[in-house]
Amino acid sequence: MMKQESRIHSENTTQWLLITVAVGFLALFLVVPLALILTEAFKRGWSVYHQSLTDPYTLSAIGLTFFVTVIVVPLNTIFGIAAAWCIAKFRFRGRQLLMTLIDIPYSVSPVISGLIFILLFGRQGWFGDWLAAHHISIIFAFPGIVLATLFVTFPMVAKELIPLMESQGNEEEEAARLLGATGWQTFRYVTLPNIRWGLLYGILLCNSRALGEFGAVAVVSGSLRGETTTIPLHIEILYNEYQITAAFSVASLLTLTAIITLIIKSFLEWKQNRTLTMLPVYDMEVPEIHYSQPAMPVVSDFLHEKSPMNHVQPTDRRDSLPLPSTIPYRGRSQGVGENEY
Amino acid sequence: MMRKIFHRGVIPGFGLTLGFTMFYLSAVVLIPLSTLVGKSAQMGVSSFWKMISNPRVLASCRLSFTTSLLAALVNLFFGFIVAWVLVRYEFRGKRLIDAMVDLPFALPTAVSGITLTALYAPDGWFGYQLNQLGIQVAFQPLGIVIALIFIGLPFVVRTVQPSLEDLDREMEEAATSLGATRFQTFWRVILPTITPALLTGFATAFARGIGEYGSVVFISGNLPMKTEIAPLLIVTKLEQHDTKGACALAIVMLTISFCMLLLINGIQWWCRRKQNI
Repeated sequence: MMKQESRIHSENTTQWLLITVAVGFLALFLVVPLALILTEAFKRGWSVYHQSLTDPYTLSAIGLTFFVTVIVVPLNTIFGIAAAWCIAKFRFRGRQLLMTLIDIPYSVSPVISGLIFILLFGRQGWFGDWLAAHHISIIFAFPGIVLATLFVTFPMVAKELIPLMESQGNEEEEAARLLGATGWQTFRYVTLPNIRWGLLYGILLCNSRALGEFGAVAVVSGSLRGETTTIPLHIEILYNEYQITAAFSVASLLTLTAIITLIIKSFLEWKQNRTLTMLPVYDMEVPEIHYSQPAMPVVSDFLHEKSPMNHVQPTDRRDSLPLPSTIPYRGRSQGVGENEY
Repeated sequence: MMRKIFHRGVIPGFGLTLGFTMFYLSAVVLIPLSTLVGKSAQMGVSSFWKMISNPRVLASCRLSFTTSLLAALVNLFFGFIVAWVLVRYEFRGKRLIDAMVDLPFALPTAVSGITLTALYAPDGWFGYQLNQLGIQVAFQPLGIVIALIFIGLPFVVRTVQPSLEDLDREMEEAATSLGATRFQTFWRVILPTITPALLTGFATAFARGIGEYGSVVFISGNLPMKTEIAPLLIVTKLEQHDTKGACALAIVMLTISFCMLLLINGIQWWCRRKQNI
């Protein structure tokens, strides 16, 4: 009894200690930088802040970033939906390879993402002569920025949708088809409502990255002030010119969008979890049959090598089910928040 | 015709979506990336080797490698603690902290770059205090490590968190009831189960650190041979119209990141196999 009590006591101490370490680390690394951005931005008062945001160069940077995002996000969204549809709804040879290829931009440095478009469209690039002859400029111009941003944000929507659509299975779509719906109707009225929160989540991530991409855009834009400077590039220019307050004022704008992104993200995760638990559920009995575990683990379970607990890994559970995969298996949520990087 | 339909099931759109996916993938990713390989192939082995073995290139690669490794190690440790606290304990403000972990991911890299620089510069909030202690952070390799810790943190936390959530509490209870101490339970039961996730998070943070540009260029000081990271050297070479040199270095960096990807997949495969035996 005494031993147990001291154990509980030391457990509380560990808990308290770990929480302190975690919160302290996050405060030092996340909260203080946030506070610094706001302090620096408002250091010289509201009027200077307002002035740096309404500066013509700032306004043109905001406009450029807006247009880039408006082009990039819908394109990658359409691609994401198409890719998720063919990867999640069908089984075909090379499917795994296709998924790996879609992931490539994640593992490429932003700088290299810019470099490859210079190799393609730059003055010494493959199409350089042709473009020069036709007076089309891609590098150091708007199209280059769009291409680099497209590359960097390429997998984001697809990566959110693929696991989500896989976990939802094909039954509802098949039913719709058998009831006479056309392909478009099936997508519009059956699939889309099921994936809407995950889709919004992917769009949100894609949007946030497109707004803030720096490395890739810095390489291809040439930073012609007022012409090819996006918001992050404008911040860099201001900072290098020692206009620190102005730089932080513009930065606070992007910080605000980042915070809003995080708030919407939390909301979408909550929504997604709710949708998952509200799906048509057969699970009440099935988990009991297939991987039920005694409330108290039996010692022999651990000694016996072939015991179900040693055998069934948490991640394998869904695969081992003979039933439609619409079953939300307990544990983490599917889709949202899993593959965001 | 009928056979074809039944071959793929009743769901339509396979040809259309696969075709579009392949087209878009080739146009945006595969063709641009292949130019890099093409350009390097033109160079020839000896000139490629000459560019790579240049001391400045080697120094930048070494710096990128060591700083990313250090930052990933720090993130492995603290990221695990953060994930553990978020999964296992209940306390006030937990949801807020959970949401905040993604901040480095949502914040544009240029913004994090100038913020960390202002924070750790000799006259900054932290920099001033550390300077009194004789520690210089900004414009030193240590500054690069700090920036990479900031960038890499969510990668470790978000990889470890789901696998901690999936962990069977009953296993630990069983271990305890069989007489294991808490350290033994942790070392023998919890750690082996989450090792794949930990390694994956570590490798992802490491790979991201090697390629990171925006958040590092401001704080690093960018002195050739001393605080010049590999991505920055690519940009410098491009500005000097040394496209070939930039390509050679890019190929090296790409090779490293693909090796990391392979390593991650290998680790996961190995652990899955080990657990299933």
